[in-house]
Amino acid sequence: MLRIGSLFAAIAAASLLAAPLHAQELTGTLKKIKDTGVVKIGHRDASIPFSYLDDKQRPIGYGVDICMKIVDRIKAELKMPKLRVEFVPVTSQTRIPVLTGGNIDMECGSTTNSVERQKQVDFAPTYFVTGTKIIVKKGSGIKGYDDLKGKNVVFTQGTTNERAIKAYNDEKKLGINFIPSKDHAESFLSVETGRAVAFPMDDILLYGLKASARNPDDYEVIGEFLSDDPYAIMMRRDDPAFKKVVDSAVTALYKSGEINKIYTKWFQSKIPPKGINLNFPMSEGLKEAIKNPNNTGVGPCGKMKC
Amino acid sequence: MDFGFLFEPAFSGGGTYLDWVISGIQWTLYLSVIGWIIAFVLGSILGVLRTVPLAILRVPATIYVEVFRNIPLLVQMFIWYFVVPEIVPKAAGDWLKTQMPMPEFWNAALCLGTYTASRVAEQVRAGIQSIPRGQVDASLAIGLTLPQTYRHLLLPMSYRIIIPPLTTEFLTIFKNSSVALTIGVLELTAQARQISEYTFQTFEIFTIATVVYALITLTVTFAMRWVEGRARVPGYIGTTGK
Amino acid sequence: MFSQFDFEVIRDSLPYLWQGMQFSLGLTLLAMAGGIVLGTVLALMRLSSLRILSWPAGAYVNLVRSIPLILVIFWFYFLIPIAIKHLSGNPYASGIGPFYSALIAFTMFEAAYYCEIIRAGIQSVPRGQVHAAYALGLNYRQATTLVILPQAFRNMLPVLLTTSIILFQDTSLVYVVGLTDFMGAASKVARRDGRLVELYLFAALIYFILCFTASYFVRRLQQRITPPR
Repeated sequence: MLRIGSLFAAIAAASLLAAPLHAQELTGTLKKIKDTGVVKIGHRDASIPFSYLDDKQRPIGYGVDICMKIVDRIKAELKMPKLRVEFVPVTSQTRIPVLTGGNIDMECGSTTNSVERQKQVDFAPTYFVTGTKIIVKKGSGIKGYDDLKGKNVVFTQGTTNERAIKAYNDEKKLGINFIPSKDHAESFLSVETGRAVAFPMDDILLYGLKASARNPDDYEVIGEFLSDDPYAIMMRRDDPAFKKVVDSAVTALYKSGEINKIYTKWFQSKIPPKGINLNFPMSEGLKEAIKNPNNTGVGPCGKMKC
Repeated sequence: MDFGFLFEPAFSGGGTYLDWVISGIQWTLYLSVIGWIIAFVLGSILGVLRTVPLAILRVPATIYVEVFRNIPLLVQMFIWYFVVPEIVPKAAGDWLKTQMPMPEFWNAALCLGTYTASRVAEQVRAGIQSIPRGQVDASLAIGLTLPQTYRHLLLPMSYRIIIPPLTTEFLTIFKNSSVALTIGVLELTAQARQISEYTFQTFEIFTIATVVYALITLTVTFAMRWVEGRARVPGYIGTTGK
Repeated sequence: MFSQFDFEVIRDSLPYLWQGMQFSLGLTLLAMAGGIVLGTVLALMRLSSLRILSWPAGAYVNLVRSIPLILVIFWFYFLIPIAIKHLSGNPYASGIGPFYSALIAFTMFEAAYYCEIIRAGIQSVPRGQVHAAYALGLNYRQATTLVILPQAFRNMLPVLLTTSIILFQDTSLVYVVGLTDFMGAASKVARRDGRLVELYLFAALIYFILCFTASYFVRRLQQRITPPR
């Protein structure tokens, strides 16, 4: 009896190892993708170089490339080489409800992994590390956050940067006049046209906006980091099977070193639509995140207490 | 549903989320009322001009009405806010963008007012034209000039007749004021959106916003029904607005 | 500023803007069709002598007509998917996609407005027509579909079409949820290339031409079908 029992156990274990997806029913997002034959990816309009539109208005970027690697993994797992990809535009405000509502399966943009958002969604391992700074016009006299006292500052609604600058404003009682805006390009335009003196955003996105501006030399990115912002791909919560596929695809990119190629393509080479090169070497923070993949979130108020 | 979050301290600004809702209601009302004053005055002038027998006055008024009526409000909002400051002389543009107090609010109010004026103008014109030709002839025959005929006959009569459609137009501007959120005015709908983002209580806060809009609409409707009853022209009962 | 007017940016983005225009037109036509069907049902319910039909229809129409379209778009865009999940009991239920979310929002919203027009149209059909239809032995369904509605639609066609032109203008509001209709496409190009003046004026011009032409034909139609007095 004992022998037969252990034999059964061995067979069961072997079959589980050999074909984990066949052994159990598909659930959650994977089942949905299998049933519909479509994987829906949320993308941004102007998160350069993570997720933005090229001159043919197609979504491209570092995040989009990584997501396409994940799609390859999903195709392999589901044995569906002809899986279709559908891109859905999202904004900082709509990305979470659109994801939880099932209109996209993952968001490949510039989303900070925060503990607040973790109550709503799940995150893949961090794929970029940045933080809040501000962009201003050269010669505007703004040298740091405290110079913003009583000035017009534009922010993108629904971002962690909004919270960081508001927390700073409350703490230092600066009396900043805030102008809400819908996306990064519109916010930057407010600085360009002089409506606002500064735009707080993740520094990498500010460099991206600066580089694609009509006169890049007119702007500078200044300030100490007001918050830490680890970026990650967003997916629905409580879907371990899907999360496992996504995580393993991302981790595989890190292990194989392929991530370096993708990084170089978007941060250290010429990128569409205007052929600019951001010349942004990989930070120590990102190197660490690649060495030890993790999805640790950050608090809600940047470096201020709240 | 749990509305407890309303009394929690808001993320920034010191108050509670209820304070955000109240501030949103205030901005919605300011926008509607100021926009309406612009729409009523400008729309009345345009409506009168569209009925005068002088082409040089009538044609520009007609062009205004056609242009403002056939371009979506959102596009007009963007033109006032983003385009106008760039195509006026630089000094004026800079003033519009930076020195002007509350630029988002005033742009939105002006946009709502000028847009709705084209609709008010149509109502005023319809009101004036609904008055029988014989009354105008009679008025001119007893020696009143045309301006006097407008002053003493056409305008007082037509305003009383068009109270119901004007009420509808006021409620339209009140609802349209939510379009101001696209240029950053934190009116009621924008506040609801913002609160749902901070508290994740989307269902509750949208319900509150919906109820507030419905209550204000109801109040205005009943108030205007009372006014309409008081202002009814004897002998015109039943023909209102048609 | 006009000396710097850059026509190339418009020319280069024409295919993208056309895609957006197809979205706008598709949304308008489908929402119009759905809105008129649903609006007719609501109108018949409101005119019914059964309170169990007339009361909910009246409440729905009055509620929807008292709130802003943007709020309705938010309601449907963010909450319909959640409702689907609760109703189907499947937490991973597929959303219906942004286009259909917008379509449902516009259909439900416009139905309330169409309902009031249709109701007025039905009431404009002389009472004698109804009595005559019943006297001929037609039942309620026959009298409604063969006698009342055809005449009612004929009377209200211009108003229905005018409302639909406004609906076309209103579809630009899907901008608030980041969809790419004509206006969304224009504003995405505008902001990416920093060409607000060109793109927004171009959008205004196109909307004006389309809506002005459409209103012109509606006016012609109105003159043609108005019965001679």
